[in-house]
Amino acid sequence: MRKVFSRPESLRDVPFHYCPGCTHGVIHRLVAEVIDELGVRDIAVGVGPVGCSVFTYEYFDCDMFQGSHGRAPAVATGIKRVLPDRVVFTYQGDGDLAAIGTGEIVHAAARGEKFTVIFVNNAIYAMTGGQMAPTTLLGQVTKTTPYGRDKEINGFPVKICEMLAPLDGSAYLARVAVHNPKNIINAKKAIKKAFQVQLDGLGFALVEVLSACPTNWGLDPASAMRWLAENMIPYYPLGEYKTPGRTL
Amino acid sequence: MSRVLMKGNEAIGEGAVQAGCRYFFGYPITPQSELTHYLAKRLPEVGGLYMQAESEVASINMVYGAAGAGARVMTSSSGPGISLMQEGISYLAGAELPCVIVNMMRGGPGLGNIAPSQSDYFQATRGGGHGDYRTITLAPNSVQEIIDMMKKAFDLADKYRNPVILMADGVMGQMMEPVDLDDEAPAPEVVSKTWAADGMKGRGHKNIINSLYVVPEELERHNRELGRKYAEIEAREVMLEEYRLDGAEVALVAFGTTSRVCRAVVERARSRGIPAGLIRPIALWPFPYDFIAAVAAGVKCFLVVEMNMGQMVEDVQMAVKGLVPVHFYGRCGGMVPAAGDVLKEVETIWRGGGEQK
Amino acid sequence: MLEEIYIAGFGGQGALSTGQLLAYAGLMEGKYVSYVPFYGVEKRGGVANCGVVVSDRPVSSPIVTEPTVLVVMNNPSLEKFEHAVIPGGLILINSSLVEGKVGRMDLKVMDIPANEQAEALGNSQVANNVILGALVELTGVVAIETVAEALKKVLPEHHHKLIPVNRLALERGAALAGEWRQARES
Ligand SMILES: Cc1ncc(C[n+]2csc(CCOP(=O)(O)OP(=O)(O)O)c2C)c(N)n1
Ligand code: SF4
Repeated sequence: MRKVFSRPESLRDVPFHYCPGCTHGVIHRLVAEVIDELGVRDIAVGVGPVGCSVFTYEYFDCDMFQGSHGRAPAVATGIKRVLPDRVVFTYQGDGDLAAIGTGEIVHAAARGEKFTVIFVNNAIYAMTGGQMAPTTLLGQVTKTTPYGRDKEINGFPVKICEMLAPLDGSAYLARVAVHNPKNIINAKKAIKKAFQVQLDGLGFALVEVLSACPTNWGLDPASAMRWLAENMIPYYPLGEYKTPGRTL
Repeated sequence: MSRVLMKGNEAIGEGAVQAGCRYFFGYPITPQSELTHYLAKRLPEVGGLYMQAESEVASINMVYGAAGAGARVMTSSSGPGISLMQEGISYLAGAELPCVIVNMMRGGPGLGNIAPSQSDYFQATRGGGHGDYRTITLAPNSVQEIIDMMKKAFDLADKYRNPVILMADGVMGQMMEPVDLDDEAPAPEVVSKTWAADGMKGRGHKNIINSLYVVPEELERHNRELGRKYAEIEAREVMLEEYRLDGAEVALVAFGTTSRVCRAVVERARSRGIPAGLIRPIALWPFPYDFIAAVAAGVKCFLVVEMNMGQMVEDVQMAVKGLVPVHFYGRCGGMVPAAGDVLKEVETIWRGGGEQK
Repeated sequence: MLEEIYIAGFGGQGALSTGQLLAYAGLMEGKYVSYVPFYGVEKRGGVANCGVVVSDRPVSSPIVTEPTVLVVMNNPSLEKFEHAVIPGGLILINSSLVEGKVGRMDLKVMDIPANEQAEALGNSQVANNVILGALVELTGVVAIETVAEALKKVLPEHHHKLIPVNRLALERGAALAGEWRQARES
């Protein structure tokens, strides 16, 4: 009998600590499958964030760094500049990448750093217990926006793909979602492209993945997927924002 | 070998190159600019990389990445920038990564000024960032020593897998003195770093660069291991220079620029019949507590001279344990103690007066 | 031999390069030397002083606070540093630029109209080397010949054509110093 579904080699056989219905696990799996399929596990070096995915170094079965909050793009810069022939990636949440680490991601993109960024946008600070993130939607209730995000107080959600697209150093930018099988398949394609862009030495590549946090959204997993589709996608349109040689 | 006149800032750069450092990540700040200008030119000549980062926060994290990937790497900055790096330095210490960080000290607090100062002594020798850690801290006092010390700094960093801070000030950075230079930068030694996360490449197991230990027992074990390492450094890496301590009754203690001034003070005091001597800690951490304690048994008093309001003096007091008086003379804000003024202080103390810290 | 020389001027007057030249000459003679610049806040036109130590023995302190020789290139520096010179020390004043007079009686003071001298040599840029020539003649800290050699090291290649006139300036300064000394002694 042929096994049609098995754990990717690049993912270790350990239980994830993620909540039921959390899509961090799905995204891990997609990244691991891509690393397997490209045959780069032996030369892959990953950098994890501070956030719910802080334990990525336990989960990916390749060399890993745990970096400080928001600085993964700087850490990855250091690694890739020393080891240009390795495949380097960061895995970061929205607080990590789009708030405290804005400077690092913008300048890594501007320099055209040749690594791949997996940017998990779940519109919330999950690990610290559900505070507002830079990507929290207007009106969205969080622990620190109990009356809903108010643009007068908190301004507007940050759209990272749109923000990085004008930078000449960014080569590949795409936004995907993982709330249903069709989108998961698309997400994998984008992640694979983002690694391929790195392998081809074309520049900075980032995939923004809209991800569900049922726990901090206060929803059951199924409703969380629906909430993502109905609320996040309209504000954060899916698609490729930049491919090598072409801005969309 | 040739003998040339070299600026301290350039000597740090050349010393780093000769020590096999090929990567520099940093952000501009006075008074260490010449160092970065030098390396921006020099590193590409030897196949290295000079990168200007978007901030000191980014610089130190680039250092973290490069060090974890196995490279000899450095950064440099001054007061405000070093403060911004503290989180990263804590991570480097926690993940046990080797690197060299240069602090060309300037006046503070806040923006202070760009004039020479020694006011970051506490920050460097007490850890500086959060958590329970130490950084080896070296304080050269001549341009030749800078060149030699850069090699030592990288060797110590690799040996103990620990960040090393080289502390100097604007005077040291701008000063020119003759140095003996190898004409050809020697090929960098290949230090085997089996722990580096540089891609598994058939290693058969993954390497992780990490400072997170969520289980209290595990973090305690890690803290104790670090503690053991720090104890070993304290036991083996104390570095100091003594000058005319034989028969000394007034022992001066000073590091870096002020130790040069104090050397002149000792000569002048001796010529006036005052038996003065000088202890110069070359490593500020580990600090020469035992040596100073031994000296305390034989002298009448100490005079600590610093370009701050009194920082190293606390370490001297800890070593002396109240056995004899410890006096302090400090200038700050960019003022460098004048030999004549320190000499007056020595004379006052010698006559039995002087302010005790 | 231990000379602690302090050269005080405004930025752009060449105090720093004169100090470096002297330090280089000391190095070439196998002496122990140090050079430490002190700047004001402004990059141009502000304070630009330096301390140079030349000695037979390792330099204890490179920080010159009680100079054996003071070179003064502007009025405020004379006021500021006259008192610091050791008793019996030497002050060299560029009298083309400095009006003030030295009040202390325990010092040797030589006024040198260095700018006029330099212009007479056909290049106003070499004024500092007229003073340096005098300094070297009066202290014997290094040989004039060595300073001339050091010029080759310190000046960038495309300025090497200026070496002859700089050399003339050094010699002119030395000659003036010789006359000054004779006049003092007689
Ligand atoms: C310097 C610093 N500030 C704050 C924190 C606390 N902190 C940990 S995770 C986190 C937010 C994580 O949110 P996000 O990046 O969106 O990831 P998620 O947990 O949602 O996956 C914060 C603020 C920290 N670790 N370091
Ligand atoms: S808190 Fe949210 S992001 Fe974190 S593991 Fe749970 S569901 Fe996932």
